[in-house]
Amino acid sequence: MIECKNIIKVGIADMNIVKTPDIIRTSGLGSCVGVVIFDQSKEIAGLAHIMLPDSTLAKAGSLNIAKYADTALKDLVSKLIHKGARAYSLKAKIAGGAQMFHFSSGSDIMRIGPRNVEAVKTELTALKISIVAEDVGGNSGRTIEFDPQTCLLHIRTVNKGVREI
Amino acid sequence: MSFIKHISSMHLDILKEIGNIGAGHAATALSKLLNKKIDMKVPDVRVVSFDEMMNMMGGADNVVAGVFLRIEGDAPGNMFFVLPVEQATHFIQEMIGDESFSLELPPYNEIGISAFQELGNILSGSYLSSLSDFTNLSLYPSVPALSIDMAGAIISFGLIELSQVSDYAIVIDTALTDDEGIDLESVKGHFFLLPDPESFETIFTSLGVPQND
Repeated sequence: MIECKNIIKVGIADMNIVKTPDIIRTSGLGSCVGVVIFDQSKEIAGLAHIMLPDSTLAKAGSLNIAKYADTALKDLVSKLIHKGARAYSLKAKIAGGAQMFHFSSGSDIMRIGPRNVEAVKTELTALKISIVAEDVGGNSGRTIEFDPQTCLLHIRTVNKGVREI
Repeated sequence: MSFIKHISSMHLDILKEIGNIGAGHAATALSKLLNKKIDMKVPDVRVVSFDEMMNMMGGADNVVAGVFLRIEGDAPGNMFFVLPVEQATHFIQEMIGDESFSLELPPYNEIGISAFQELGNILSGSYLSSLSDFTNLSLYPSVPALSIDMAGAIISFGLIELSQVSDYAIVIDTALTDDEGIDLESVKGHFFLLPDPESFETIFTSLGVPQND
């Protein structure tokens, strides 16, 4: 049998889990941060497309947990463990958090990218997951793809081509 | 915000009219600037999820040229003027009279970029001033910021304010086409007006529209 790689797409403020042979992708990360948490030997990975740093920013009644760094990562880890990943072997790779537009008025909303990255790092530290690779900041959008078999994160940008971390 | 759940078809019609008036003025400005005929579609007002919004731009991966403006004043919000890269290149070439201008690879020609920002400024300025006259609200656009990148990366930036309150956006979308377009469907400029959640109330109140009926 030929192994068929399905691509699981993760939308904005969304998350999902993938197992070999499938791969997982999220498109058009700007100030959002894509966080991949994986267990290499179990070949399982989860990807979250995080939009905002902190769920306390939420003003709505219903909370979309995949949107915020603090809630999304906790939930992603528990989903991974539920699917058979081992907590002690989880590692993370992150990408995104760019500053798409530059304004002279440096309000908090304008530097949402760096704030998202900070929040993700704080949360990963709290969950005792180490970041093995990252490609954050800058000012270009990224599309990322993760293969749980090789544990490589493909990052495609418009002007700088493809790189793997 | 609960407002999105309560929005009626009358409210959507009013927002459509706002898009119509604003983009009508902008299309006139663009037509004068380029000295050619510009066609405008009837605006589309929709309540969409963030993912659907990316699809309206041809997918999150699709590379576009986007001018972003933050609107301050009585009814704050975000505004985008988004063009396919080929169309933007075409407009810039015409404005600066340089056929060799290209948006394929940075660094871009500074004059060209500046011209495009100015294009965004003029168009959004005419959109906003007509909107401001119509609603009697003071609206001040920020200096335009330009980015040529994936639609998802550009648009999501304008959704940050909104995303703190809701998973849905009310998008007022107006498409402009120039009559030289070979394939009219593929060469489209879009105006996206994304009022902040609190701004809807202000807009409707100033137009004397009841909100809960």
